[in-house]
Amino acid sequence: MKEVWVYIEQEEGKIHPVSFELLGVAQRLASDLSGRVSALLLGYKVEDIIDEIFAYGAEKIYYLDHQVLSYYRHIPYVKGASELAKKYKPEIFLIGATPLGRDLAGGVATHLETGLTADVTELSIDSETGQLLMTRPAYGGNIMATIVCPHHRPQMATVRPRIFPVPERKSSIKGELIRESVELHEDEAKVKRLAFIPKEKAVNLEYAEVIVAGGKGIGSKDGFSLLAELAKELKGELGASRLAVEAHWIGYEHQVGQTGKTVRPKVYLAFGISGAIQHRAGMQNSDFIVAVNTDPEAPIFQIANLGIVGDWKKVAEALLFAIRKERSTDG
Amino acid sequence: MLNILVSIKQVPDTTNIRINPDTGTLIREGVPSIINPYDIVALSLAYQLKLRFKAKVTVITMGPPQAKNALKEAVEFGADRIILLCDRKFAGADTLATSYTLAEAIRFLQREELFDLFLFGKQAIDGDTAQVGPGVANRLGIPVITYVVKIENLDPIHRKIVVHRKTEKGIEVLEAPFPILLTCEKDLSPLPFVPLENILKAQRAEPETFNAEGPLSFQRDKLGLKGSPTQVKKVYTPELKRIGKIYNLDDVSLDDVVSKILDVLRERDLL
Repeated sequence: MKEVWVYIEQEEGKIHPVSFELLGVAQRLASDLSGRVSALLLGYKVEDIIDEIFAYGAEKIYYLDHQVLSYYRHIPYVKGASELAKKYKPEIFLIGATPLGRDLAGGVATHLETGLTADVTELSIDSETGQLLMTRPAYGGNIMATIVCPHHRPQMATVRPRIFPVPERKSSIKGELIRESVELHEDEAKVKRLAFIPKEKAVNLEYAEVIVAGGKGIGSKDGFSLLAELAKELKGELGASRLAVEAHWIGYEHQVGQTGKTVRPKVYLAFGISGAIQHRAGMQNSDFIVAVNTDPEAPIFQIANLGIVGDWKKVAEALLFAIRKERSTDG
Repeated sequence: MLNILVSIKQVPDTTNIRINPDTGTLIREGVPSIINPYDIVALSLAYQLKLRFKAKVTVITMGPPQAKNALKEAVEFGADRIILLCDRKFAGADTLATSYTLAEAIRFLQREELFDLFLFGKQAIDGDTAQVGPGVANRLGIPVITYVVKIENLDPIHRKIVVHRKTEKGIEVLEAPFPILLTCEKDLSPLPFVPLENILKAQRAEPETFNAEGPLSFQRDKLGLKGSPTQVKKVYTPELKRIGKIYNLDDVSLDDVVSKILDVLRERDLL
């Protein structure tokens, strides 16, 4: 039976949400191939998360447990994943396009001498050939390219977080757990972690429910403090276009778009953002887009669910005022 | 002496790219070719290390004949030796074929001298794959650290390096022995001041050219389009379809649009 593999990215026993998103899309691909979804889990003493992986749709889990895998390192993780892929020969192998996932995927594809498509945003099975169609933005999001890997297996892709929804969790479902072993040694890891410095203030754009974002039209750093107040009031995060980041009005960790983060909040409020293709690539999956811009021809209005042609500042100030008023009357 | 290899790529400046709306293809005319910005960081770092330690810098690129210009520019950054991998048989390579070609050329160079440090950009802005650096490292059997934002310490005597690597949750401080391949993030190194003599030297510089015939031998079926497992099936321009309602503040009141936004937030339990 053809297997669609999903790499489960975990750090200290915490699963990256992109792994659940991939389990969701893998179910659709596996069903089109009349195959099954299998998960690949590498780590050290992470048994606790196995039920979670089944609950999100894995029918099988290949689990490689080893002390050398206690934190992510390129060499042992690549070796473990490559050897198991050689042994079980999956048809498709999906990995999240996170910093760790992309690091891993490049190594694994090289060992398997197979094709790897980076940062994919659409996946489907070609009903005629049975091949995986992997679509991704190229040239900074200016064009979309559909890539196939006809003669090599597995067909590998790293997939952008937040493109696919997290599937429904079915806690009662259990699958088959296969414990694997691959010979790994501390010496061959070469790289050693001396320390870890956590981010001071984590910006969680990718998984925010509301994003208040500003672009070049904001005009200054000060403009972003108004948007920050609005974001805070809505318990959301602050986003920005590349031009605003390049003007140093706000940090790169806030950048939404092809070279920044992909987001899909419930509501995306875009102030003074023209909506260049690079930006749209990162936010067009939002459930609802509100755009405010003085230029009625701005491309952002093509994808906005609610567009307002006018001064962003007036709208932002009035909105902030109205929200605060509503809060105070709520008591 | 520290022996450094930097791998660079010449790319179209994607911020200036235009698409032919009828054909969905790139309009190449008038689009300047630049050194991939992350590779500029790698070159800057190599230059900085060269100033601090005794170092030799070799720069390699694969590309069409005009990629020679990228290598000449690398001489401004203090490159001592520049190598162009150029052959029609190399063309159309995906990341697997690219990493094969680069790794074979590096292996050939290492018959003469071993490199301590391999510097790559974290990704190229035209393909954005971030796959070639790790691919080359795996082919050469050396460790790789991606997304490096800082060199904390480089010890040429004990032949080891301590770097900061950026992850989603923070910064990993990692120690590794030589040889090591690093992929460079934007903030890793500032642009150096380039002395006039480097600029003059760059004008006169000519790269050594390697092609599919020599000076090393390649497995033909692993090169270029033929050696690439992935194929582009279709290219298209993303479509835009107007989906929402647009209000102009010249026609409707501010209160009206604000209350519409509030409704949107309220319906989704976000207020």
